[in-house]
Amino acid sequence: MASGEDLRLVDVTKRFGPMVAVDDLTLTIPPGSFFALLGPSGCGKTTTLRMIGGLERPSEGRIHLGEQDITDRKPYQRPVNTVFQSYALFPHLDIYENVAFGLRRRRAAEVAQKVTAALSMVELTELARRRPAQLSGGQQQRVALARALVNRPQLLLLDEPLGALDLKLRRQMQLELKRIQTEVGLTFVHVTHDQEEAMTMADTIAVMNQGKVEQLGGPTELYETPATVFVANFLGQSNLLPASVSGRSGDDLLLDVAGSRVVLPAGRSRSTAEQLFVGVRPEKLHVRAAGDATLPDGHNAVTGVVTDASFVGVSTQYVVRVPWGQDLTVFVQNLHSGDRFQPGASVMLHWAAANAFGLDGTEDPEAGRIIDPELVQ
Amino acid sequence: MTRRGTAYLLMLPALAWLAVFFLIPTVTLVSQSLQEGSLEEGYVVTGNVGIYADVLRDYAPQFLRSLLYAGIATVAALLIAYPLAYTIALKAGRWRNVLLVLVVAPFFTSFLVRTLAWKIILGDDNLVVDALRFVGVLGDDGRLLATPFAVICGLTYNFLPFMTLPLYASLEKLDGRLLEAANDLYAGAFTAFRKVTLPLSMPGVVGGTLLTFIPAAGDYVNVEFLGTPQTSMIGNVIQSRFLVVGDYPAAAALSVILMVTIVVMVMVYVRRAGTEELV
Repeated sequence: MASGEDLRLVDVTKRFGPMVAVDDLTLTIPPGSFFALLGPSGCGKTTTLRMIGGLERPSEGRIHLGEQDITDRKPYQRPVNTVFQSYALFPHLDIYENVAFGLRRRRAAEVAQKVTAALSMVELTELARRRPAQLSGGQQQRVALARALVNRPQLLLLDEPLGALDLKLRRQMQLELKRIQTEVGLTFVHVTHDQEEAMTMADTIAVMNQGKVEQLGGPTELYETPATVFVANFLGQSNLLPASVSGRSGDDLLLDVAGSRVVLPAGRSRSTAEQLFVGVRPEKLHVRAAGDATLPDGHNAVTGVVTDASFVGVSTQYVVRVPWGQDLTVFVQNLHSGDRFQPGASVMLHWAAANAFGLDGTEDPEAGRIIDPELVQ
Repeated sequence: MTRRGTAYLLMLPALAWLAVFFLIPTVTLVSQSLQEGSLEEGYVVTGNVGIYADVLRDYAPQFLRSLLYAGIATVAALLIAYPLAYTIALKAGRWRNVLLVLVVAPFFTSFLVRTLAWKIILGDDNLVVDALRFVGVLGDDGRLLATPFAVICGLTYNFLPFMTLPLYASLEKLDGRLLEAANDLYAGAFTAFRKVTLPLSMPGVVGGTLLTFIPAAGDYVNVEFLGTPQTSMIGNVIQSRFLVVGDYPAAAALSVILMVTIVVMVMVYVRRAGTEELV
């Protein structure tokens, strides 16, 4: 098995007429990784995947697999297989023959043995002689996976493979996919618009927006230190407080947020501009009654009024209006049963300086806060 | 009324239609084939089963010729119609509807007129014959008209739309993503066609060949206009027995044999083509 090779996209651009789908993309995907391309619909992630698979040809740039330039190779000449969004199972063939399709084309040895092994990996041995139409969505998804994996490609491409499944099945399949990837040790490149799915499965995520990679990194890194407003808003939720730099104290930036003094470790700011956004994730904000004077060390605080409180069992979600008119979102874990703040209550919000992050204050604060039509179901 | 009752009621017009225009004529035809007598004195049913053996013996060449010509015309029509339907369904883009109208356009003129047109196209000393003589495919006094070739041309042409439309219908449904999947799974363009496109278009192939072969096997107009007595098909024999000679029992027996032969062939064919699961 010839695994252990990097996939490299170098300056890849894809245009459809005047529309630029993928814009000068350079990306290296290390062998054995579970790599996710994450972004809203139309960000170029599927086009990128199709170029890797050979179903689209880049307008510019090259694609390399290890030492080989595969840019001009036909899909059937690449050691790459795809799990299609719609599964694209052959309706006239039974499950066994669907899985055997690639092996037969390459005249592989021990077809029966390999197909049986692949079917047992996805736990569908019993259904080998059924037709795709007789299977449920989840079963079809697993057939599509087996049909691709049985060929032992160097790269497995997954195009929104779980999009058609219901939520519960999707969670189950996410864990299953991750297990299989660990088991077979192949490189998986996974396209999704679902940030939770990407974070659950991938070890590296490239967040894409308008044909470009906004940020590349591990799930924790992307979540804790987003590089752009788009990433901060697209991956989870963020409260972005507009701030201006008023000075420096050691390793800390001293900021002015609508008259309140706020501290941010300089190392946690992505920007050296005068105007920043201080980003705080909703779960990293603490709420206490206004007038409670004691603050933990190293915490920043702002005051506000609760405008909405929703109890969601494990946590309570508050919306707090701060003096400069912004609404901040706060998640508080319901560690104790008892009183919660009611709308109208005056509160103080505080957070550990080391938990916040700084972004360029000239960006559009709404970027990435997209109502994705695919997510509204 | 119960749902089942409604269903039967809805079937009533169709059942009545079948009874009047299929069942009764078929029974009449079979009983007519078992009659004896003459045109002048009238015919009576005598149960003369021997007539089937008689007509088979007398008209075996015409029978075989019918099946052969219809078979060749069906294969020719399939070979012409498949690329045509494939192009219209998958490659024509915005020209699709225009091309479909062109496929159906011949129906705007009469079947007889269209066949007569072929008499001119293939006629002696016309462009096609002249050209073929010039390049030496035909001898200096070679003809196209009044040959089996002309008859098969006419059959192929006349039934081409019946082949094209079912093929188009099944190719049009083809999901392009399946071909991408085949490419992804190491199938080149030709293998993808052979393993995916062709099997998935089998309902169209079966439908088209049946719609072409069945009427072609019983046709007599093409021989009438483009052929000679040496190329006559079973349709011509039945026509002349019924309408010229007035030998009703022989004509009826030939009709029954043709019908049974076609039904048996169709059943074998459909089973071999394995399309029950697809349609």
